[in-house]
Amino acid sequence: MASAEDLNSFRDEARQWLTDNFPSSLANKRPPGIAGFGAKLSGDWKSWQESLGEKGWSTPTWPAEYGGGGLSPEQAAVLSEEMREMGAISPIGGFGTMMWGPTLLDFGTEEQKKRYLPDIIRGNIHWCQGYSEPGAGSDLANLQSFAEDKGDHFILNGSKVWTSGALEADWMYGVFRTDKSNKYEGISFLTLDMTSPGVEVKPIVLISGQSPFNEVFFTDVVVPKENLIGEKNLGWNIGKRLLLHERQSIAGSSEGGVVGGSYGIEQVARDYLGMEGDKLADGAMRERIAEQKMFAHAYALTGRRFSDEAAVSGPSAAVGILKVAWAKDNQNREELLIEMLGNRGLGWEGEGFSDNELQAVRTWLRSKANSIEGGTTEINLNLVAKRVLGLKGY
Amino acid sequence: MAVLTEEQSMLKDQANAWARDESPVTKFRQLRDSGAARRYDDATWQEISAMGWPGILIPEAFGGSDMDYATFGVVLEETGRQLVASPLLASGLVGASALLLGGSDAQKQHWLPRIAAGSAIVTLAVDEGPHHGPEQLALAATASGEGFKLDGSKVFVLEGGSADAFVVAARTDGAPGEQSGISLFLVPADASGLSVSALKTADSRGYADLTFAGVEVGADSVIGEVGNGFPLLDALLDRARAGLAAEMLGTACEAFDRTLEYLKTREQFGQVIGSFQSLGHRAATLFMDMEFARSCVEAALRAIDTDDPETPILCSLAKCKAGEFLHDMSNDMIQMHGGIGMTDEFDAGFYLKRARATEATFGGQSFHRRRYISHYGL
Repeated sequence: MASAEDLNSFRDEARQWLTDNFPSSLANKRPPGIAGFGAKLSGDWKSWQESLGEKGWSTPTWPAEYGGGGLSPEQAAVLSEEMREMGAISPIGGFGTMMWGPTLLDFGTEEQKKRYLPDIIRGNIHWCQGYSEPGAGSDLANLQSFAEDKGDHFILNGSKVWTSGALEADWMYGVFRTDKSNKYEGISFLTLDMTSPGVEVKPIVLISGQSPFNEVFFTDVVVPKENLIGEKNLGWNIGKRLLLHERQSIAGSSEGGVVGGSYGIEQVARDYLGMEGDKLADGAMRERIAEQKMFAHAYALTGRRFSDEAAVSGPSAAVGILKVAWAKDNQNREELLIEMLGNRGLGWEGEGFSDNELQAVRTWLRSKANSIEGGTTEINLNLVAKRVLGLKGY
Repeated sequence: MAVLTEEQSMLKDQANAWARDESPVTKFRQLRDSGAARRYDDATWQEISAMGWPGILIPEAFGGSDMDYATFGVVLEETGRQLVASPLLASGLVGASALLLGGSDAQKQHWLPRIAAGSAIVTLAVDEGPHHGPEQLALAATASGEGFKLDGSKVFVLEGGSADAFVVAARTDGAPGEQSGISLFLVPADASGLSVSALKTADSRGYADLTFAGVEVGADSVIGEVGNGFPLLDALLDRARAGLAAEMLGTACEAFDRTLEYLKTREQFGQVIGSFQSLGHRAATLFMDMEFARSCVEAALRAIDTDDPETPILCSLAKCKAGEFLHDMSNDMIQMHGGIGMTDEFDAGFYLKRARATEATFGGQSFHRRRYISHYGL
């Protein structure tokens, strides 16, 4: 653990670097998109992406030898405080930084780490995740997309579904069947170039009218052997570890519940429900808003506590409850917002509604996926029952 | 659990072992069955005092050990697990906090060493109706000679039957509902005109109603500032709420542990009942509520210790979240145990009764939701 003196000198260093490299025009602004998740940035955002990626501070705790920041957890916390202080938001993210990179650090060969990590750190490559299939949702290990071993390469046939961002993605990592006779020990973890011949992507239109998810079809796609992560037929454990990183990263994002979007719950309450003196006019809604805000607050405190504890003792299966809570928090908040908006929360498009009102409708509908994607609420409760509480039969 | 200091970790182990071995729930059951008027055991209180717990917050100069609220919370959580009945919270935390926050030098000199040693019980008398509402108090303090004369009543005073002195919130001015005009007084239990009547309650803990009929107190009995006592009272109540929330968390965690153990051992249809998803998912959801409550309780205690401006918000959050979890857990403890959960012979009933009593003390969930949302201007 670093001494207070070392941390103070790092704080000075971080502040100086941010002053020199963070364009002040971007202070307190959200990036127009995420580099590493579909966005091609330009102007000041582009130069901020480049200097942050070059320094490795988009992934502060990843080893410096692969282009990461090489910082200790304490230093990373200081960096994050300094960035918040300056209103500097990283425009680099996506599945690469959230879960694929950490998994690669655990399981990749030296050559694979050097091949993939630098572009993840700089936000140059948009990765998508090939997991779910039509017959493999909660029972993910039932996946059937088959990668036939042809010596120096695999030939891949089959399909994936609910693949976020696949339409814009450059590369995919995922789990594929390499042995049809063994459910769990017949799965391999592969990467593939989305521009390979035989890869076809079809967007899925959701109830929100938007298409964040896709179907991906593979027809005789050639996947070189060097794209195999870990051992053939032993990819299930790698796939599961990646999901643990996914839930841990949700723990780190739990602040969102308190900060709220640009269209916060308090402002909507004042504008659409009206006040009586210093209180909301609708007493029943007032109590429900309080409950929602307190749940979000407790969730944020728990995310922070789990992160602190993980820094000392590693990630725990208990983070599964944060995925459940994240979905519940989002869904309750969006439901409440729509209810507060009344008939202003029923617009679909056109002139009769404000942009915020229209966005609230789409966000509300999108949030219904939160308890399904990344492991359903029911599957997460199973995992907590089994791994944390030690109950049998899950 | 937050990463504990070495001192907290030692105290936690000590409190856990002592409560489990020396003051388990069976002891509380004996006390209830005995029908003793004093709702705690003198020998138990002497052991607690000998370990120095009533003096955790009190400076060494006054015979305490000068530790913080987070450390007190660790101990209260462990005593809460075994439903230990004692004036530790009422006097060691609430009574001591009143003096530490607003006591004069003379008041501190006189009372703090006694509180630390466990030889005097000082408790807070605030509420006057069926619901917690510090602004609503009406007990009148009128100027009389050099001091004041108190008339009115207080209800449900924690450990009121065994107290040596009361911190009494009274009105020197203003009307019920107003924050201004409130003053705090330190009133000895044997003051002339003060009558104390002990209550027999469902949870078998010690409470009393107080009647003040022309109780004369000197100007030196005022704690803090005359007429402007509300901020002090509010800060005191927040300490009481956070401390009680820690105790409630411990009570609920023990109810959770015992219920989980039952899910792993009770068999029906040839399998342990915890293998049924309807129970496993409920247990996992209760686990989430438990972790959330812990985060809030720890954050509130830390906020008090660091003088965080968010202390009132966090204390309301902690009391509410601990209350919600304890409420649901105490109900599910009975339901998941089935018929045996309903019997007096089994302990679940004690947890349920303690739950409702602590939920109502210093403001229930509804009170704290309203207080919380007020802080956001709604």
